[in-house]
Amino acid sequence: MAGRVAGGAGRVAGRVAFITGAARGQGRSHAVRLAEEGADIIAVDLCGQVASVRYPLATSADLAETVRQVEALDRRIIAAQADVRDYAGLKQALDEGVAQLGRLDIVSANAGILSHGLAAELDETTWQEMIDINLTGVWHTAKAAIPHLIASGRGGSIILTSSGVTLKGTPNFAHYVSAKHGIVGLMRTLALELARHSIRVNSLHPTSVFTGMLRNEETLRLFRPDLRSPTVDDARPAFQATNALPVPWVEPADISDAVLFLASDEARYITGVPLPVDAGFGIK
Amino acid sequence: MAGRVQGKVAFITGAARGQGRSHAVRLAEEGADIIAVDIAEDIDSVRRFYPGATEADLDETVKEVEALDRRIVAAKADVRDYDGLKAALDDGVAQLGHVDIVSANAAIWIFGDLAHEVAERDWQDVIDVNLTGVWHTAKAAIPHLIGQGTGGSIIITSSTAGLKGTPYSAQYTTSKHAVIGLMRTLALELAPHSIRVNTVNPTGVDTIMIQNETTWKLFLPDIEHPTREQAAEVFATTNALPVPWVEPRDVSNAVLFLASDEARYITGVTLPVDAGYTLK
Repeated sequence: MAGRVAGGAGRVAGRVAFITGAARGQGRSHAVRLAEEGADIIAVDLCGQVASVRYPLATSADLAETVRQVEALDRRIIAAQADVRDYAGLKQALDEGVAQLGRLDIVSANAGILSHGLAAELDETTWQEMIDINLTGVWHTAKAAIPHLIASGRGGSIILTSSGVTLKGTPNFAHYVSAKHGIVGLMRTLALELARHSIRVNSLHPTSVFTGMLRNEETLRLFRPDLRSPTVDDARPAFQATNALPVPWVEPADISDAVLFLASDEARYITGVPLPVDAGFGIK
Repeated sequence: MAGRVQGKVAFITGAARGQGRSHAVRLAEEGADIIAVDIAEDIDSVRRFYPGATEADLDETVKEVEALDRRIVAAKADVRDYDGLKAALDDGVAQLGHVDIVSANAAIWIFGDLAHEVAERDWQDVIDVNLTGVWHTAKAAIPHLIGQGTGGSIIITSSTAGLKGTPYSAQYTTSKHAVIGLMRTLALELAPHSIRVNTVNPTGVDTIMIQNETTWKLFLPDIEHPTREQAAEVFATTNALPVPWVEPRDVSNAVLFLASDEARYITGVTLPVDAGYTLK
């Protein structure tokens, strides 16, 4: 059944994956895991700050480290600074990557931000930046990639990073929760529109993931509002209470293993599926 | 290279053929030893649709797993008989040392009647095998998993019929929905032990359960002797992806993923392997 891959070992050998938000965290982890299994990578990241986000976002140095780690696996990687809000710029980065690597098979729409506030108190900028990056950015990513996937005639796998928050209500993140629910609607629409091309579209729903998005005082304080400068250890029990399995959060590698599964031919008939990687957050 | 479930032991019901055999072989390819059970005989109410697996089928599963240099302990056991099922599992664990993965796969399909016209016997057999049999499978395995203290992964085979209504198959659709309720309960009860519980929800799978004239006729009521090729055209209309059905190995790959440590934080999840059936 792996007949599409000529030679080479690895569960996605010979494939090319486009990953947004690839400078660090889950995006870098996806790049490395897919490269370990034989894929080449097209990596983009904003590499800059967003006004409404109060924790440090990735830098150009972070993206350079992703390049280093993929190249250390003897895979090729084309990396570019691009903002998922800017369709023309994003498309140009992807087109350039496809021109250099020769094909496109896998899309990981991973770029996302986190900010917070009660729904009635969110300011316009905080709302709009969230929707623009976490929802419209995902649409832009798919929109830029789909013509390449259809033209190849080989099918493909698009994986949208949604969130465990779509599985039940969560206060303090109306804009984030709205965007992540919106991704599920987009995923289901794309899955139907692209099925006849054998292009599969699925979404991932992580519980908290141990990345820079979590590992900062701003986020930790949401879980320990009683402390001015909570540490990771201070917040651990509150995070753990959200999950059924006895863990406070999952690692980026756990999400990457799900990305790899959905990207590979092992999942060739899995489409339209919201897949939780959530330690039981959704059922608790 | 070490396999993705290297050194683990998997307990699989309905392992004589079809999806169950495929799961045994796929997990063995990735380094697992197998405890395989199957009723290996006809069930009266099912015989009019398709023949039951045989002891020769179960022997073939043993042969295929052993050809991969993995160990397998196989026994004839009926999931409706808790004591017999438990004895088979306990014997397997005694021989192979532990159990880490449970595939509650055994099931039957009886169909063709409207819900209010289903015979009592047909209803009871399907509920007994497809639902109570899954509970028995979990009930027999859970003490081993908890006792070992090393977590575990239970994978229950539900169906697209567990997620969506299906006419002319009330007993089957009911049983496949019910195992999702059981899965969600087990996932919560067992999470403190790091034992994960999930379902796979396949669309039609290319096994004898659907590849028989009675089933084809359900999809093509106007044709006296429909063929596999004619059935394929109708089956394809149920899926979003351009395929009539999936292969047992596609379901096995999902079972393997859920069984492996790659899915160590995935629990309480219904995973369709359905070519977009439930989406459409």
